[in-house]
Amino acid sequence: MEKEELNKIVNKYDTKSGKLLGILEDIQRNEGYLPKDALIYVSKHLNVPLSKLYSLATFYSFFNLKPVGKHIITVCTGTACHVRGAPLLIKEMERLLNVQPGETTSDGKFMLTTKDRSFSLNAARCFGCCSMAPVIRVDGKIYGYSTPRKLPEILKRYGWIEEK
Amino acid sequence: MKIKTLEDLNKIKEKGLNKLLSSDKPHIAVGLASCGIATGGDRVFKALEDTIKAKKLDVELTKTGCFGICHEEPLVNVRIPGKPLVILHKVTENDAEKIIDDVANGKVPEEKALCKIEEWDHLTLDETVNYGKGYSNIPLWNEIPYFKPQKKVVLRDAGIINPEDIEEYIAVGGYSALYKALTEMTPDEIIEEVKKSGLRGRGGAGFPTGLKWSFIKKEKSDIKYVICNGDEGDPGAYMNRNEMESDPHMIIEGMLIGAYAVGATEGYIYVRAEYPLAIERFRKAIDQAREYGFLGENILGTDFSFDIGLVSNAGAFVCGEETALIASIEGKPGRPRPRPPFPAQKGLWGKPTNINNVETWCNIPVIIKKGGDWFSQIGIEKNTGTKVFSLVGKVKKAGLVEVPLGTPVRTIVYDIGGGAAKNRKVKAVQTGGPSGGTIPTSLFDTPVDYEHLKELGAIMGSGGIVVMDEKTCMVDTAKYFLNFTVDESCGKCVPCREGLKRMYDILDRITKGKGEEEDMETLEELATTIKEASLCGLGQTAPNPVLTTLKYFRDEYEAHIKEKRCPAHVCVDLIKFEVNKDKCIKCGLCYSACPVGAIDWKKGKTSIINKDKCIKCKACIEVCPVGAIE
Repeated sequence: MEKEELNKIVNKYDTKSGKLLGILEDIQRNEGYLPKDALIYVSKHLNVPLSKLYSLATFYSFFNLKPVGKHIITVCTGTACHVRGAPLLIKEMERLLNVQPGETTSDGKFMLTTKDRSFSLNAARCFGCCSMAPVIRVDGKIYGYSTPRKLPEILKRYGWIEEK
Repeated sequence: MKIKTLEDLNKIKEKGLNKLLSSDKPHIAVGLASCGIATGGDRVFKALEDTIKAKKLDVELTKTGCFGICHEEPLVNVRIPGKPLVILHKVTENDAEKIIDDVANGKVPEEKALCKIEEWDHLTLDETVNYGKGYSNIPLWNEIPYFKPQKKVVLRDAGIINPEDIEEYIAVGGYSALYKALTEMTPDEIIEEVKKSGLRGRGGAGFPTGLKWSFIKKEKSDIKYVICNGDEGDPGAYMNRNEMESDPHMIIEGMLIGAYAVGATEGYIYVRAEYPLAIERFRKAIDQAREYGFLGENILGTDFSFDIGLVSNAGAFVCGEETALIASIEGKPGRPRPRPPFPAQKGLWGKPTNINNVETWCNIPVIIKKGGDWFSQIGIEKNTGTKVFSLVGKVKKAGLVEVPLGTPVRTIVYDIGGGAAKNRKVKAVQTGGPSGGTIPTSLFDTPVDYEHLKELGAIMGSGGIVVMDEKTCMVDTAKYFLNFTVDESCGKCVPCREGLKRMYDILDRITKGKGEEEDMETLEELATTIKEASLCGLGQTAPNPVLTTLKYFRDEYEAHIKEKRCPAHVCVDLIKFEVNKDKCIKCGLCYSACPVGAIDWKKGKTSIINKDKCIKCKACIEVCPVGAIE
């Protein structure tokens, strides 16, 4: 990550509240994950032990410590989505994207990235769009009333090609 | 401009009313809360905007929040001057041209109309808003079954005003309760009024709000804080999201009144990161409130000063707990700590702090404006006011439902929700998320209030009501909630961290056909220990879904354990994936649904599932009209 941009983020948060979380959230938003060199920079700059940043990064589910794919697919696993078939959506997504099911990354989070880094698949607690369950989100756009059969159509919009 | 006097406030009110009730041109507002956008409301807005521009028409187009009838979205409000406000439903971008053409000719597209509003009581406005009469073919909003049993107090503005325009909020009486509080009432009088109203915390526990305020009021400190808990973490609950997205100023006004009453000068709104639109709208609302002089120094010309900061939770369910939330605002991992000291004594940065849920704050302006006595008339004794529920799951009409407390479950699920979708039978509802429990249909006459739900082993929680039908497995549901709480347990205390994991392992075994008879007893024993010994509300309530399903649906546990069978056909390891020849009607639906071509079928022949190819995705089970796949 560029020094200049990092400086901007660090300086933006001069209030005492949520300072560290705010900075980490901005880096996560910009980069899609928390790069190690950025964390080291923040740690030195604010005189906060790196272990404290690591503790925050692993406690809150919003953060990733590993690079993610170009498009992020998030399957909502809220209660309404669960009873209306979210587990089947995850299973079908894993199959379509050809990512190894059921694995978590070393930071204890469920985030599966395709080999070509074009997609990452993860699960969320609840988007609060329960009326149109089950719901998936691709890069911030919400698709309601999803079924396994609708998934290829959605993926194709993001450049996914079906393997024959 | 900074509002200093009642005259200033009234001037803006007039300006806002002119926008809402403009007499010279038609007014269109698209429902653009997260749910409206997700169903295509943003595309409808764009199409309407383009059409108005292309035809060079003088039509007002704005945004509004969500009217609560989510299964009919996208919704579009259309108003011709002097005529009722008409709500159109299931609008697509293809309807834009017809809508605009009709509106330009002084008509509304009646074929798209869901209902009409002739007059509306915003409660905080002294007079009702009269739109006009007409359109005899369109039903009144409160005549349609979904809204008939409802009473809109918290959702009094949602889906009618533009949440991004403070002037429209002021138009419907917004900030007039604040004016009353600051100029006519002492802090003690406000607390007395809130006590009189009987309002109880809407976050779930139901602690009396006025009493809570009186605790922090007593504390002497150079600085006190009030916090709005917008960390709506219960999966399946989304009323707070809508309240924040559709009427953010209502919450800010509530916090201002509360801050004045308890002597706080700083406030924080804590919103979960999964709600980006709520965060965005709050940011705008806070900026506008500062600009108009409702936040900052010497508010409304008095010596009361107060400001609000916005903090987003980076994703941790436990941060809904008060002490964990405080740690999170301080920039630490959100782990709860033992109480006492309570936040009212030692809260944010060690200072007295009062935390209320979003919906609790929503009720404050209307209580101050109309009085505690007025509020206490709604609902039943000890459970006054209304509650917004998110009615979701396998229900026909999903959406946000606001009813007086004490309304029976039956009214909510059947009269409002229309029962189960797809002509199936309702089996149970789950209230209160991972801390709540399931209620079987035999107990649907139970009034929904804090005490009755607790008696059944469930809780009110923040207001999620998830409907389950005959195809929902209750063991799987219990396992689902435990998976959730195991993941979200912060790990600080042993009973919650280790105990829940043990319970999950047992449930996992049962759903895989490896359950043993003593498992049910072990689950109950573990559950009791965890409830008694955990540090915070998360662990103390996490066993509830297991305990209630064991109590009301023991037969399903027994079927899994003794017969190695999942009656609802949900637990994949207990499904054989074989076609029952006697039941199969040879329709071939399973053949076309299978994504991997594992089903052999020819016209007039029974399907055969090739087990080597089958990936157990259950697509065939979902489509089979006769339940022939076992």
